[in-house]
Amino acid sequence: MSSSPHTLTPGSSVGSIMLLVLAALLPAIAAYYFFFGPAILISLALASATALAAEALMLKLRQYPVKFFLSDGSAILTGWLLALSIPPLAPWWLVVVGTGFAIIVAKHLYGGLGNNLFNPAMVGFAVLMISFPATMTHWPTPLMLAQHPISIGEVLQYYFSGALQGVNLDAVTMATPLDTLKTQLSLQHTVSEVKNMPIFGSFGGKGTEAIAAMYLLGGLFLLQRRIITWHTPVSFLLALTLVAALFNGIDSSRYASPLFHLFTGGAMLGAFFIATDYVTAPTTPLGKLIFGTGVGLLEYVIRVFGGYPDGIAFSILIMNAAVPLIDAYTQPRVFGHDSGVKS
Amino acid sequence: MRTLHKFHGGVHPPQHKAESNGLPIAPAPLPKRVIVPLRQHIGAPAKAQVKVGDHVLKGQMIGAADGYISAAVHAPTSGTVSAIDLHAVPHPSGLPDLCITIEADGEDRWIERQRIDYKTAVPDAVRHALRDAGIVGLGGAVFPSYVKLNPGQQAKIKTLVLNGAECEPWITSDDMLMRERAAEIVEGIRIMAHLMQPDEVLIGIEDNKPEAITAMQSACQGTSFEVVAVPTLYPGGGEKQLIQVLTGKEVPSGQRPINIGVICSNTATAYTVHRAINHGEPVISRVVTVTGNVQKPQNFEALIGTPISEIVRQAGDTSHYIMGGPMMGFDLTNLNVPLTKAINCVIAASPALFPPKPAAMPCIRCGQCAQVCPCNLQPQELYWFSQSRNFDKARAYNLFDCIECGCCSYVCPSHIPLVSFYRFAKSEIVMQDREKIAADQAKERFEFKKQREEREKQEKAARMAEKAAAATAAKAAAAASGEMEDPEAAAKKAAIQAAVERAKAKKAEAAALSPSPHPSPVEGEGAKNTEPT
Repeated sequence: MSSSPHTLTPGSSVGSIMLLVLAALLPAIAAYYFFFGPAILISLALASATALAAEALMLKLRQYPVKFFLSDGSAILTGWLLALSIPPLAPWWLVVVGTGFAIIVAKHLYGGLGNNLFNPAMVGFAVLMISFPATMTHWPTPLMLAQHPISIGEVLQYYFSGALQGVNLDAVTMATPLDTLKTQLSLQHTVSEVKNMPIFGSFGGKGTEAIAAMYLLGGLFLLQRRIITWHTPVSFLLALTLVAALFNGIDSSRYASPLFHLFTGGAMLGAFFIATDYVTAPTTPLGKLIFGTGVGLLEYVIRVFGGYPDGIAFSILIMNAAVPLIDAYTQPRVFGHDSGVKS
Repeated sequence: MRTLHKFHGGVHPPQHKAESNGLPIAPAPLPKRVIVPLRQHIGAPAKAQVKVGDHVLKGQMIGAADGYISAAVHAPTSGTVSAIDLHAVPHPSGLPDLCITIEADGEDRWIERQRIDYKTAVPDAVRHALRDAGIVGLGGAVFPSYVKLNPGQQAKIKTLVLNGAECEPWITSDDMLMRERAAEIVEGIRIMAHLMQPDEVLIGIEDNKPEAITAMQSACQGTSFEVVAVPTLYPGGGEKQLIQVLTGKEVPSGQRPINIGVICSNTATAYTVHRAINHGEPVISRVVTVTGNVQKPQNFEALIGTPISEIVRQAGDTSHYIMGGPMMGFDLTNLNVPLTKAINCVIAASPALFPPKPAAMPCIRCGQCAQVCPCNLQPQELYWFSQSRNFDKARAYNLFDCIECGCCSYVCPSHIPLVSFYRFAKSEIVMQDREKIAADQAKERFEFKKQREEREKQEKAARMAEKAAAATAAKAAAAASGEMEDPEAAAKKAAIQAAVERAKAKKAEAAALSPSPHPSPVEGEGAKNTEPT
């Protein structure tokens, strides 16, 4: 005996949604591997293992059915999103600490799947950014610029010993395009001068712009599969574009173009994969638009005027805190009513 | 072409219509015994008009409409009343209800049938006939039609909508009836239109029923009735949804379509209206889809009261039965229940056709439920408030606008039985409201009692004082006998004084009581207080 409806959408489950999102990340991961070498694969594997272990531990401690919840794929997704946000060539503990904090503190101490207020991957990122700022700036050099293409053996060596024999770390890592731009602008160079540096590509950074394009592709796939709605990514990217265009229009020698902002840093990853996280984003259409706009604006403000080269994590965390309020004030009009919520 | 409108959301569950609409409607065999529930409609149950041992004829009224919102029930075949008692009925509650059992005599002999010339009869006489013919909405809600077809104080009826959408999967009873008896349905619509005098008559049929659309179109030729093919989208056959699709109007929350000048009725109901008025035949049978895990899925025209077990020949691994469609129907574990006017479909369910639902996961706020909700509610919020028993919030987020169509549960990736939570919350809120009213009334009664006791105390004191005053006055008069005034006058004066005091006190009391918002019940402490003391 069960109550109606007696039939459910075939094949729809939390696990299948998470799997589709993971699948949508694959093109970007492939591009990452192509442009920056094998380090990202090690990072993703380590993040996955840590996420599953931390999830299992917390489920066990909270006396939840471990296998049932472990198979939903949400922990692995958190691990992947964090691994894709931090430097892939890093000591092993960086990704382990970040992922562990994300799952244990940001997710389970807030009530587990569906209950966390803040995006776990972004909490993990923020903790690492604040605790290990130096390590968080060692990004791998694009292979086409590297004097020494790093091998998978060397990646593992660096991961577990923290050093590379016979290779200077500076030979395989460098600052990100956003970081470089920020530093160079503070040295009184103009945007066009800075963008002539070899690290910059046609509109973003070399390699990173291709990865950003792949995030965009994956995001379009999620839109097509109706896993996400257009509201968040469109408002996010539109807000970022408009504010970047405004400042770029005022002084193009000090403010980079909108296209540059769209295709560098975590903009595309954030717009399609992080700001769209169901649990920590608004559920109403208008709420999503407000949320996306807020993240887009904050992202720009932190990037250009703040202390960090990129602002995706902090802008999302700030907006996460506003989600209950946004939802409460953006309830859509109900059928047969004049307004959404009765006072 | 008519411009159609859209309702919010909706889902496309697999239709499963082809299973049962390949064969014509077959008459179900005459049962040996029929069990006729007295409650087959919304409102008060019918009042039994026969007693055990009575012989009844086919079509004879055995239960009369009791009150305004009620409808009659009739003997589906001729025979002898063998019992009037509680019997299992097809109802989600699973509770038995009062039924009249008739042992069929096999003759199936009709009572004398009287047709009505609705064009010359006064509308009230036609409505009266509909009530006595037991006509109720056959789309599932079983609301008495004569009530619906009474415009009352309403101004002009703009649109009469005939609902032939049949949006629930598996069900094909309306489809088959429209295909086979379109002309009779249209006759019924004529009667309805005559009663309501609408500006337009629209017949909405989902576009997955091309045969029914064609049949109805040709039957409507020469009339002003318009057959409109509406997109197949569940719950497009919901009354408010169909009205929105056809007219673009939203029925305001808590109101009925008639408030916006629209009447909506099922096509199968129109058929019964025709049978009742033009042939004098009350509702004693209906078309029911028997499908799912059965040997031969098909539609049957079966007598009301036929044990459903006699209509359903299920195949091997049937686990249970669904009354109605898979989206809104309810489960039965056995078929020892009679067919009622509300049952349009019986689905034999097997684990293969209706796999057991997976265990529920926590809500991940994906919002798919909100995207499919035809009422534009936020089911994820309502779920949160319902499961945490935050009923005030649930109500504020318009829980009572939920039509329980099941779209939210259907798409929920966490497989949360959302509709069950809403039903739970609704019934809890209704209970709480009832308890609150009862508590308020009890409080009011208590206040009355306190006041009465206080007043009685005062009155007693006043009487004592009066007596004392009279005695003193008499004494004084006796002492100064003859000098001042006579003692009788003094006593009278004192009595008058006391009476004035009493009247004043009473007036003040009445002023204190008059703004009471809830009238106290006729019986009980409160009522006693209104008696003069």
